[in-house]
Amino acid sequence: MKHTLSVLVENKPGVLTRVAGLFARRGFNIDSLAVAETENPAVSRMTITVDEQDQPVEQVTKQLHKLINVIKISDLDPAGSVERELLLIKVRADAQSRSEIMQIVEIFRAKIVDVSSEVLLVEMTGTREKVGAFMDLIGPFGVVELMRTGRIAMSRGKRPT
Amino acid sequence: MKAAKVILEALKREGVDTIFGFPGGVLLPLYDALYDSDINHILVRHEQGAGHAADGYARASGKVGVCLATSGPGATNLVTPIANAYMDSVPMVAITGQVSRHLIGLDSFQEADVTGITLPIVKHSYLVKDALDLPRIIREAFYIASTGRPGPVVIDIPVDVTKEDMDFDPAVLPDMDLPGYRPTVKGHPKQIKEAARVIAGAERPVIYAGGGVIAAGASDELRELALYGHIPVVTTLTGKGCFPEDHDLSMGMVGMHGTPYANHAMSRSDLILAVGVRFDDRVTGKLEAFAPEARFVHIDVDPAEISKNVAVDVPIVGDARRVLAALLVEVRKLDLSPDRHLQWMHQVEAWKRDHPLVIRESADGEIMPEFAVNKIWEVTRGEAVVCTEVGQHQMWAAQHYLSRYPRRFLSSGGLGTMGFGFPAAIGAQVACPDALVVDIAGDGSFQMTLQELATAVQYGLPVKVCIINNQYLGMVRQWQELFWQQRYSHSCIECQPDFVKLAEAYGAVGLRATRPDELEEVLRVGLASDRPTVIDIRVKREANVYPMIPSGGTVHDMMERE
Repeated sequence: MKHTLSVLVENKPGVLTRVAGLFARRGFNIDSLAVAETENPAVSRMTITVDEQDQPVEQVTKQLHKLINVIKISDLDPAGSVERELLLIKVRADAQSRSEIMQIVEIFRAKIVDVSSEVLLVEMTGTREKVGAFMDLIGPFGVVELMRTGRIAMSRGKRPT
Repeated sequence: MKAAKVILEALKREGVDTIFGFPGGVLLPLYDALYDSDINHILVRHEQGAGHAADGYARASGKVGVCLATSGPGATNLVTPIANAYMDSVPMVAITGQVSRHLIGLDSFQEADVTGITLPIVKHSYLVKDALDLPRIIREAFYIASTGRPGPVVIDIPVDVTKEDMDFDPAVLPDMDLPGYRPTVKGHPKQIKEAARVIAGAERPVIYAGGGVIAAGASDELRELALYGHIPVVTTLTGKGCFPEDHDLSMGMVGMHGTPYANHAMSRSDLILAVGVRFDDRVTGKLEAFAPEARFVHIDVDPAEISKNVAVDVPIVGDARRVLAALLVEVRKLDLSPDRHLQWMHQVEAWKRDHPLVIRESADGEIMPEFAVNKIWEVTRGEAVVCTEVGQHQMWAAQHYLSRYPRRFLSSGGLGTMGFGFPAAIGAQVACPDALVVDIAGDGSFQMTLQELATAVQYGLPVKVCIINNQYLGMVRQWQELFWQQRYSHSCIECQPDFVKLAEAYGAVGLRATRPDELEEVLRVGLASDRPTVIDIRVKREANVYPMIPSGGTVHDMMERE
């Protein structure tokens, strides 16, 4: 099972290296990683997804906690949180396929952000599953280039993540 | 005030009286400030010596050890001691010089990314970018190194930072900024109650105690608990001395070269009370078969150690001293009968009687290594501060130099660092100027850091080195004999210096013993010397360390003797 760890860290030089180094040293695998500043510029948020199959998540969180710069870790429950990934995809689109692609884009509430004579650049956000389903449908038209971010996630309700 | 001086003032505020170090280009401002300082600086002959000496100082005194090395090669020479301190949870602050800020990242002369290199082997590290941060960083470094699970902290300081002028008032403590560092010290009361209940219900209890007991200063509490509950105690290598080894309840060291009775007791126990230990593979052997009948109570200050290797039934995160004190209160409430597990105590006694550690006396006029260690113990009446190197002699020392007190047996456990013992003994001698400090060494290990003889002589530190000399890398040879078909690949080191002349060349005392009947007299003379002394004890060359449980084995695979 995939776990989404939301890790609050001090926004200082070298903190990402410490976290990444810890994963490497302990033989843990990172499935995806997203890092950025929070509402407080002294603090950054790392959203790390790991697979329970590869390592005991309890050990991962305990070892992370030992890093002095790690302030807080939440293991987010999928039902109690909202998770998103962002996808940018450049897909081949000629006169015939263009309208079909636009329909799919509409269904998935994605956005066309750049158009040229041969390709469309589409932006979409959603859960990992939704992004995957979109890619499955759009793939057959011919993917020129694809980029997706790591997952970010936030707990539902009033309580902060 | 110059930042270089601020560093020294801030160190003094943390209680630092001694620094082990070696100068270099980027450290010139700091060493210039040291010239007028009342901090005692011990000039070593290799930075590795500085690191291990700081480690030995810390282990012997319980204070934070401080070492100092220049940028680049000076700092990389500290890597082994830092890793050693990390593995054995020794509080240490390692200060390294760095090239000027504007030269960082340009492959400048004597530049190395020290915070990067040491990242996986430090508790924390700092690269100082602003002189104004120095007072806070130094305060945080000592706080982090010495609290929770102790460990090494690196402070890397660019030379231009140390030349800056700044205000400093030693009376004003800077605020620490550590939002993510809150070690748990107080154990959970419910868990402690549960542990007491489990102890009261156990039929075959064993206490498995390690270096964490010594780090927490919890030996008294541990002894009280063991005595009150009539619970036999096994210790790890780094835990030696946390419970007096000449006590009836002591089972000595557990693990690969531990006593047969300690290992038998663990394997048959129904309750293991683990305190300040980490279930190292040298203790557990084959994990699936380790203590198969036991439930586990595990007390440790580091939550990540709980259930890391062995699933624990009653985990208690906290400072061993506080938790054991609270546990003692709870156990006493249950009013344990002293003869509630008489049968178990009889069994333990029987193992001790039937499988004692043997001190062999050679028939052919050679000194047996364990006989030598035992003689050192007799001549010092078990009162010396003992350091060891790593290898066969280390295991003989652990088996036969019975420790009565904490912080009196200093050995590189986790990392297994050859060359640790001698510089550590120098550090221990600085920490305990009036104590008899003995490094029980191997001829292989001693040759890794013997240049520190000059340090010992320069500062008049009367450290005694007893070389258990078999002219082999003995532990390697033993494994080759037992597991590699006697193919002695590169483990014979017959080509070695005359250690007596070598000691004399350095201005130390050199002595040699080759026959059992002269050993005691040589030891009496050598250990009574008021100068650094090297005693070359020629032992039977092919003696092996027994008992031995092969790597990944169980108590059933134990080889008790040849």
